[in-house]
Amino acid sequence: MSEQLAFTRTGINLASQFPEWVTVDSRPGYQGWLIKADHLIDVATAIRDQYGYDYLSSITGVDYFPDNLMEVVYHFYKSTGGGLLECKVQLTREHPSLPTLTGLFKGAEFQEREAWDLFGIEFANHPDLRRILLWDGFAGFPLRKDWKETFFEEELKPFKNRWPEGKIERIEDQKPFKENVQYPAGFNPYDWDTQSDARLYDLLRKVQQPQEGIKTDRVIVNLGPQHPSTHGVFRMAAVLDGETIVGLKPVVGYLHRNHEKIGERNTFLQNIPFTDRLDYISSMSNNFGYVLAVEKMMGVQPTERADYLRVIMAEFTRISSHVMSIGFLLNDLGAFFTPALYTLEERELIIDLFEIVSGSRMMCNYFRFGGVARDLPEGALEKIRDLAFERLPRKIDEIDRYLTKNEIIQERCEGVGVLTPEEAINYSVSGPILRASGVPYDIRRADPYSVYERFDFDVITAVHGDVYDRYMVRLQEIRQSLRIIQQAVNNLPEGPILNGKPTYQVKVPAGEGYGRVESPKGELGYYLVSNGKSNPWRYHVRAPSFVNITSLEKMCIGEKIADAVIILGSIDIVLGEVDR
Amino acid sequence: MIGSILRRKASEMENEKVNQEEINVPPEISQVVTLTTLDKIYDWSRRNSIWPMMFGLACCAIEMICAAASRYDLARFGMEVMRPSPRQADMILISGTVTKKMVPQIVRLYNQMSEPKYVIAMGACASGGGPFKEGYNVVSGIDKYIPVDVYIPGCPPTPQALLNGLIALQKKVDNESISKVRWYRKDPIPAIPVPVLGPDLMDPSKYALIKRVSEEKLAEIEANSTDAVAQEGSVQ
Repeated sequence: MSEQLAFTRTGINLASQFPEWVTVDSRPGYQGWLIKADHLIDVATAIRDQYGYDYLSSITGVDYFPDNLMEVVYHFYKSTGGGLLECKVQLTREHPSLPTLTGLFKGAEFQEREAWDLFGIEFANHPDLRRILLWDGFAGFPLRKDWKETFFEEELKPFKNRWPEGKIERIEDQKPFKENVQYPAGFNPYDWDTQSDARLYDLLRKVQQPQEGIKTDRVIVNLGPQHPSTHGVFRMAAVLDGETIVGLKPVVGYLHRNHEKIGERNTFLQNIPFTDRLDYISSMSNNFGYVLAVEKMMGVQPTERADYLRVIMAEFTRISSHVMSIGFLLNDLGAFFTPALYTLEERELIIDLFEIVSGSRMMCNYFRFGGVARDLPEGALEKIRDLAFERLPRKIDEIDRYLTKNEIIQERCEGVGVLTPEEAINYSVSGPILRASGVPYDIRRADPYSVYERFDFDVITAVHGDVYDRYMVRLQEIRQSLRIIQQAVNNLPEGPILNGKPTYQVKVPAGEGYGRVESPKGELGYYLVSNGKSNPWRYHVRAPSFVNITSLEKMCIGEKIADAVIILGSIDIVLGEVDR
Repeated sequence: MIGSILRRKASEMENEKVNQEEINVPPEISQVVTLTTLDKIYDWSRRNSIWPMMFGLACCAIEMICAAASRYDLARFGMEVMRPSPRQADMILISGTVTKKMVPQIVRLYNQMSEPKYVIAMGACASGGGPFKEGYNVVSGIDKYIPVDVYIPGCPPTPQALLNGLIALQKKVDNESISKVRWYRKDPIPAIPVPVLGPDLMDPSKYALIKRVSEEKLAEIEANSTDAVAQEGSVQ
């Protein structure tokens, strides 16, 4: 039966084509195919070339500690739209190893490094298997279920009373260092080699081979982690030949705040405010993806009015994120802060609306399973109408008028950081960058969720795939978002805003679920595994910014160092999401 | 007309509150002359030109940007000049979660700032770890490594809260005395040792403690394993 189900979902039957290597994942609540690790490359090649699933969306590990299994989960999609093809490889927990998919899908590189970093899953023949979020030398693989952090108190939340008999108990007071640190037994710090970046520099020095012709010296330049152009704590280590970039490695993890480990201890509901802090510029979209994934597993439908409210809020989030991105792209171009002042003014109006609706400017925590937290208060609808019909269309035209035909912007942005459509798909980039490269892939259309099917809007694409096109796509998308909001406001139904009663504990049946939305930055996916308890067993965030910077190296090589700054600005990363 | 301008200037002068209270300046020159102490004029000039470092960590940095933008306008307090270089900055705003991977850089930046320098911990994470405190890569508060002058609660603090924190810092500056401040003392101020990334974050001043605790841990494990071997032997 499950084989039939897996077959009808995708229309392909891998098990009949590769009977020796592929079986159906028949665990209740699971879907997709189990592939033997030795033949992963063969099957993945068939998936890509024969069946057209050319977009590798997400790779992650799951530690099934009680069964002594380590699982690697792959999510494939077609870049022409359609449903999910899910594949898994099961390994033993001791020395899990499987071949890398970077040869087929370049977008696998960082995600595989992340799985190595956090789970210790080894990808054979990976070009650069270093730690990515943590640093070389860190002891242990933190997302394994038997790895305990220093401030570990209990397996699951909510914790016991921390104030027994009127006396507060702090976890740090029980630790030898009174701090959040722990060391392996018998460790001697005096012997420690402090060169934690040695492997990175070795890698960059390999680029420094002298070329034919005039011999020139190459220099390695670090931009970041504290640098005004990096939009937070991001670091680029670039190899320069004169002013031209010949090699570049992004270094991330400076804001790795253990979202997934904490999320696996939280209850399902407790995770919603944490998702706000992923992409902290667009908290409503983050909520959206997470509640979609959980609702899919629970089999709950939001109410009609809630669906419309969600769409309105998600589209306002897109506008606020895009205007900010445009303003800060200008910052990176050297027009320091004045254009950003114009765009921040519009953003302030939108977050005023969020404050009215949810109570917080940035961390909205507005969505609930089966609906939203509150209905629109008095006056909110008028404000939405005023913004969507009057103020924002006018202001977007103004930004357009000031910037689009500006000669300096055209000179600096056109033809810089080009990504062809084939490369864009192969690097698994998503969102405005993918569409600027000419791939009309928008999850709101390609794999519709919520009530987006009812609205009339265009998927904006461009042809050149350069920085200028990304700016144009963002600008046009703001107009499309306004169209969606206008339609949603005009058709906003009355009724309840929550399906059922608000509860602290939701019942999520055992199984897995993958929910994804088109967030302002790209495809935001949540992969959840539940074992029927009150907390997720595995909670993985497929963050668009993180996957998008895989292509940074490709885009920057051959460009000038000053252009690396605007290429990064055009990807529009948010470090909360990159590092999680 | 001229009289009204002079009156306004006089009241501006009054607003600055630099005049020493017991000295009466004749009203006809009160708009151009002020009699005050060195401490007061020193504090007054510094409090109105605290340049923050352009340094954002996480979500709070976005609210910091909002506070610097036109609506909340940090320029009213003489703080709009954000300096990307620590050498030119007077104040560092720790605006977000401090992770173990980032803390060596933050300490280095702090060491590179020239005195007088101030630290503001903005938000729950920078003050004490916040919602991410239990995380394995999170430092529970920047005050574990560098001295903090003002803590601002909130997650993230609104721009108004940030402004309030900055005003609190100004009040602190107001109470300083040129004869007592640490940066005019004879002895040089020692730099803070930069933490090292090892198997976990290591504070160089605690190496001896780290070594002792890990050796004790090893001895404990060995004792347990020999116990277990002994027990197994007895069973067989």
